[in-house]
Amino acid sequence: MTEQPYIEFRKVSKVFGSLTVVDHLDLTINKGEFVSLLGPSGSGKTTLLMMLAGFEDPTAGDILLGGSVLNRTPPYKRNMGVVFQNYALFPHLSVAENIAFPLKRRGVAKAEIAERVNRVLEMVQLPDQSEKLPSQLSGGQQQRVALARTLVFEPNVVLMDEPLGALDKNLREQMQYDIRRLHRDLGLTIVFVTHDQSEALTMSDRIAVFNHGKIEQIGTPQDIYDRPNTHFVAEFIGETNLIPVKYREGDHSRCSVTTKTGKDLEVTSPVTLFRGTEVLLSLRPEHIELGDSAEGLENAMPARISDVVYQGDHLRADIEVDGTKLVARLGRHLPPHDPGDEVFIGFRPQNARVILP
Amino acid sequence: MTARLGPHLKASALVLPLVLFLALFFVWPIIAMLKQSVSDPVVHNTLSQTSAIAAQWNGKAPVPAALQDALVADIRATTDRQEMGAVVRRLNSAKSGFRTLMRKTRRAIRKTDGPINLGEVDKRWNEVAWWHTIAQASSPYTDRYLLAALDYGRDKHNQIVALPEDASANRTILARTFVISLSVMLSCLAIGLPFAMVIASTSGWLRNVLLAAVLLPLWTSLLVRTTAWFIILQNNGLINSALQALGITDQPIPLIFERTGVIIAMTHVLLPFMVLPIYSVLLSMPGNLMQAASSLGAHPIVAFLKVMLPLSARGIASGSLLVFMSSIGYYITPALIGGPSDQMISSVIAFYATESANWGMAGALGLVLLSITLLLYVVYGRLSAEKKGVA
Repeated sequence: MTEQPYIEFRKVSKVFGSLTVVDHLDLTINKGEFVSLLGPSGSGKTTLLMMLAGFEDPTAGDILLGGSVLNRTPPYKRNMGVVFQNYALFPHLSVAENIAFPLKRRGVAKAEIAERVNRVLEMVQLPDQSEKLPSQLSGGQQQRVALARTLVFEPNVVLMDEPLGALDKNLREQMQYDIRRLHRDLGLTIVFVTHDQSEALTMSDRIAVFNHGKIEQIGTPQDIYDRPNTHFVAEFIGETNLIPVKYREGDHSRCSVTTKTGKDLEVTSPVTLFRGTEVLLSLRPEHIELGDSAEGLENAMPARISDVVYQGDHLRADIEVDGTKLVARLGRHLPPHDPGDEVFIGFRPQNARVILP
Repeated sequence: MTARLGPHLKASALVLPLVLFLALFFVWPIIAMLKQSVSDPVVHNTLSQTSAIAAQWNGKAPVPAALQDALVADIRATTDRQEMGAVVRRLNSAKSGFRTLMRKTRRAIRKTDGPINLGEVDKRWNEVAWWHTIAQASSPYTDRYLLAALDYGRDKHNQIVALPEDASANRTILARTFVISLSVMLSCLAIGLPFAMVIASTSGWLRNVLLAAVLLPLWTSLLVRTTAWFIILQNNGLINSALQALGITDQPIPLIFERTGVIIAMTHVLLPFMVLPIYSVLLSMPGNLMQAASSLGAHPIVAFLKVMLPLSARGIASGSLLVFMSSIGYYITPALIGGPSDQMISSVIAFYATESANWGMAGALGLVLLSITLLLYVVYGRLSAEKKGVA
């Protein structure tokens, strides 16, 4: 983190009429980093990307690339590759012509164009398709062509706007892997917009979680998943149980809270709070442990199983604790439980996190 | 078999009204018009015996006596004055002098019931040329209208020759029709293409307003719009007053009864036919292709030339063809707004059809217009088929 940030958003806002889509947003991205902008639709992530590409002008604030302000540079001079969700391939040009398009605009010699087009087609594993028209390719192949067209001119930054949204699940996973590989091999700086949290978790170096035009939290996938700071992030990333509790005592790493039935639990908190503050406890389903007795469980609580569903690689259990319904993700090797069984649940203090409601 | 035929017949019955309508009001008039342009039944029907013998005559002098006798018999048999009048008009239009010749001959025939030597009645009957005219006119079909539509005619040796310049101006008018249509097409393209691109790039209420701006004129009567232009284009009309008020000109620019006015009014009337096809093609394109081109390093002008223009080519082609084909048949606008030297081929057709009742000429010119339109359509079909093969 000692290096100079490559891309920098300084207090950037974008207002459409009476709607503030991006709100005084600060964000820095380092060279070679893979940053995902994750959020629900309308949270401003795509608008931010469009401002970086130059298709939208910020209402206020500055966007910097390599230390110089980019605001007035038109998109065709920014040297940023954009991969669109609908691929935006030119339907009247063949695959090779599509990929050669940015090179021709840059006045690259014919022989070199041919060579670079072939090289990049190998890179995205699409040789022998160069003469076809985009309409003759499958969705996944079109996406690879769009990627090749972006990579071929070695852009400063690759911007991807939900590029895998239109692909089916298997293809999407394959493309996620391929994009990661290209990122690593070519040392690309990638800004990746998505509303799919698992995609963001899989691919990113860092994730910026967007909500209402602001960044709720930014950090590594582990940070975001294991240590959500806000209610929104905890609910948006993965699945979680939110238990209303009161803050009791402790510092910002280890503290204790009281449930509404008066039981004290050892948990972690990102901040120190006043005693009695009403907060939520975020507990991921996979962090709930199950036992026949309280022995060997931290934060043990008596519970009753309402339902167990077989999910292939795991069991999903609905559990009731003091009238609060929780979801637990249990290992399939566990002894079978039936609805109505009285059990004990527990969790480790580092896995439960205090969140302000 | 009947079980299969049943629904088929029912489906056919549904389109029957359409088929009947098209047959009665589209196909039949066209066939009738085509027939008018080549039919020449007057002489054939009235001078039937003469026609039968003339068909066998080799055209060489001397004129066979049988032919002369047949003509006398035919004239004697025709008691209806109107019928004979039509024959005389037909013959006189092919060779002037027939009117007096025929009047003289009929008077002579009426005087006696016996055989008559036509050469004695009038010595013109001794000349082969007059008989040639009768022989040429005696066929029920003729190409004289079609030839005349293109400023051609047949000389006394029955050879196709160009008519003298003062005799007809159809080719000049056809060329003028093409020039005006081409100008209208180009100005529609110059206005329509950017406008269609603007509509396609907008959304919501703005798009509806812009679309309405194109469609609204289409819902107004052509006559009303032309009349409105008639008023606007006057020397002291809206345009000229505005130009003078702004100090752009001192004197009114002549717009009414001028080519410029005709082109302005026709461009306005035909603009929707250019905008709508281009718009629909643009609409089927992903909206962010221009953004993509821009992000790939293309200046907006280059992006337009390399992406937008080739992709809207099909819309431009169909729009241009629609405008061109509509404008070569235009009648009301040039008739009201244009001067005498701006009249298009339709005005000539209207003249023959409504003023001189020369259905043959009207039909022949109509046929020429129809052929040009069909030819253009075939060319367009070829072009768009090739495009489809590539795309």
